[in-house]
Amino acid sequence: MGSGPWGFESPLRHHLQRQGSLPAHLALAGHALKKRPDMSESKPKILIIIPAFNEEANITGVIRAVKTHQPNAHIAVVNDGSWDRTGELAELHDVTVLSHLLNMGIGATMQTGFKYAAACGFDIAVQVDGDGQHPASQIQDLIDVLQKTDADMVVGSRFVSKSGYRPSMARGAGMAVFSHLVSIIIGEKVTDTTSGFRASGRRCIEFFSSHYPDDYPEVEALVLLHKKGYSIKEAPVQMSPRTGGRSSITPLRSIYYMVKVLLAIFIDLMKKLD
Amino acid sequence: MYLYQILAIVGAVVLFIFVVDFVRRGLLKEKYSVLWLASALAILVLALKKRLLDTIAGYLGVSYAPSLLFLVAFLFIMLIILHFSVVISIFHDKNKVLIQEIALLKNALKEAGLLPPVSGKDKGDKST
Repeated sequence: MGSGPWGFESPLRHHLQRQGSLPAHLALAGHALKKRPDMSESKPKILIIIPAFNEEANITGVIRAVKTHQPNAHIAVVNDGSWDRTGELAELHDVTVLSHLLNMGIGATMQTGFKYAAACGFDIAVQVDGDGQHPASQIQDLIDVLQKTDADMVVGSRFVSKSGYRPSMARGAGMAVFSHLVSIIIGEKVTDTTSGFRASGRRCIEFFSSHYPDDYPEVEALVLLHKKGYSIKEAPVQMSPRTGGRSSITPLRSIYYMVKVLLAIFIDLMKKLD
Repeated sequence: MYLYQILAIVGAVVLFIFVVDFVRRGLLKEKYSVLWLASALAILVLALKKRLLDTIAGYLGVSYAPSLLFLVAFLFIMLIILHFSVVISIFHDKNKVLIQEIALLKNALKEAGLLPPVSGKDKGDKST
């Protein structure tokens, strides 16, 4: 079992780093050479992480929108073992495509993005889902709040103000439970804990590249950040309904979601983070 | 000697031989065979020594002593399954790290010009 049954740390990563850190060096060299040569040193390096699983209907639109609204940001599409044309379509654009060999779930997918961001020295990583529900036009709002408040993470909330988002009864109840619980734990009001539209600062990127929950990670990530002593802020956003493809959330899964996340939160509170 | 004792003894011995043979043929790693061998031995001892079984059953208030054999076997099976759940979780994490590193490495090779762009054949395998 090598590293002991509970406290797991990437052995391969450590091995590779001892052997001269091949992935980090190659990735860094690639960026320094051909991406954005005209960037001034003072500007933060921004990475847009687009997790995508079987999103061939939406991925092109999402990449185009992000490029339009964030021309200076670098884009990394993390293709989570899609068996449709998601990967090929993403390759057509001038973006980094990180492809999982097999489907690993959203948590592992985002973590791959964070590992890439950490290895390439990005200052800010923004998650923009591949299904097109996160508005690219509001990425800048998240980044602005992150920089102004010096927070470690900014979550785009559908409930802070003036957003027209009305979830279904069951879903709304579940979201309310999570936001109350997390608000109590964190000691600060968080209105939208399940939003995946969020911007992470440098400390967050480093932390997430070694610790990120597996499935349904959004709520748990906030609790982990709080335990780590990092600050979380919210910014109001408006999300659009899906334009194509289908959601991964079914009624049965949402019950599993509730139970799993509640359990995970309480276990996280007992966990010891290094 | 009762028939149930003979059955339990034969069962335990067969299990023991099977597990040892699996380990010998490399089908089972030694560290995953320990719990199996321990459960076979426990059943064997309790089935051979009827007085020991009766004494323990008396202590525990189990009126029908042979059912203690089931309890012991059940507890061992629970232990083995829990052990496997832990092992699977560890494998899950190791798997995740490998798949993430492969994704990053492939991208690094591509950026270094050592790998042609994804051709379409090189996609996820939904059979798993």
